[in-house]
Amino acid sequence: MLHIVNKSPLTSNTLESCLNTATGGDILLIEVGVYAVTRGTAVEAKLRAAMGKFRVHVLMPDLDARGLGDRLVEGVLPVDYAGFVELAASNKTCQSWL
Amino acid sequence: MKFGIVVNEGPYQHQASDSAYLFTKAAIENGHEVWRVFFYHDGVNNASKLTEPPQDDRHIVNRWSKLAEEHKVDLVVCVAAALRRGIKDENLAQGFRISGLGQLVESGIKCDRLVTFGD
Amino acid sequence: MSEVKKFMFVNRKAPYGTIYALESLEVVLITAAFDQDVSLMFLDDGVYQLKKGQQTKGIETKNFSPAYRALEDYDVEKLYVDKESMDARGLTEEDFLVSVTVLSRAEMGALMDEQDVVLSF
Repeated sequence: MLHIVNKSPLTSNTLESCLNTATGGDILLIEVGVYAVTRGTAVEAKLRAAMGKFRVHVLMPDLDARGLGDRLVEGVLPVDYAGFVELAASNKTCQSWL
Repeated sequence: MKFGIVVNEGPYQHQASDSAYLFTKAAIENGHEVWRVFFYHDGVNNASKLTEPPQDDRHIVNRWSKLAEEHKVDLVVCVAAALRRGIKDENLAQGFRISGLGQLVESGIKCDRLVTFGD
Repeated sequence: MSEVKKFMFVNRKAPYGTIYALESLEVVLITAAFDQDVSLMFLDDGVYQLKKGQQTKGIETKNFSPAYRALEDYDVEKLYVDKESMDARGLTEEDFLVSVTVLSRAEMGALMDEQDVVLSF
C-alpha cells in the first residue's frame, strides 16, 4: 500500500499518525510534507527509525521548490511525477493522509 | 492502468490541484489512462470559467480544460458541492461537466487506482 | 452495478470547523447505495464526529450528526474507532452516538491493507 503524506511533521501529527497506523510498504512525502525528509529537523530520528519499516520516498519537485533539494536524509528515495505514478501503479491501493 | 483522480481543494489556495494536474499529466505521458478527475469540496472551484489569474501565473482552470480536450479526460464536478459554492452550468469552464456523487463511486469501482489530492 | 469493492473512508477531521466531515458522509451514503462493501474508520480528530449531544443552533449550522445513526439503514455497520485517538481525547465508547468497534492502531492498519479503495477527505 502507498501512503501519501502532504503535511509538515513540525506542525501536524499526520505523518506520525501514518507511521503508527500503516503496516509497512511505501510512504511518499509530497507538498508541505517534504520537510519531513530533510536533515537536521526535530523529527529526523523518528524518520530514520521509520525507514526500517517503510520505503520512504519524496517528490523531488516539491522539495526543490522549497529550496531543500540538497538536504535529503540519506536513504530516502527521490521520485519525480513519473515516479509518483509508478508508485501508485505498483501498489494495490493508496491512502492520502489528508 | 486506469486511474481515477479526486481533487478536494480549489485552485491557487492549496497545491492540491497543481499536484493532481501534474500527476495526471505524468500518468498519461507514461501510457496510463486517466479515466476521470472528480472535483469535490472546494475542488469544484477548479471549474469556474470566471477565473482570471495574473498573466505571469499558470491558468489552472484552462490547464484542466486543455487536458480534457487533448486526452479525453472526463472532468466531473460534484453537483451538490458545486451548487453550495455557486458553480453552475452558466459559469462552468470547457471540458467540465456537473454530475452526482455516484460518479465518484463509479471511479472507485471502475478504476484500477484512485488517487486523492486535498488538504 | 454487480461489481462489489471494499471501500474504506478514513475520517481524521473534526466536524464544523471545516466541511469535510459532512461532505464525506454524503459520499459514504452514496457508496452504500451502490451496494459496495463500506467501512468507516475514525482516527485522530475524526473521532469527534461521533460525539453525542452536538448542539449546533448557536453556530447556525445544520447538525448532521443524526445521519451517522441512519447509516445502519444503508447497511453500513462497519464503524471503527482508533482506541489511541479516543483515549487521547478523553472520550469513551459511551460518548458516541452510534455503536462502534474500537481497534488498536495496528488493527486499523491491517484493515486498511485489506481494502480495494481508500478515500479520505
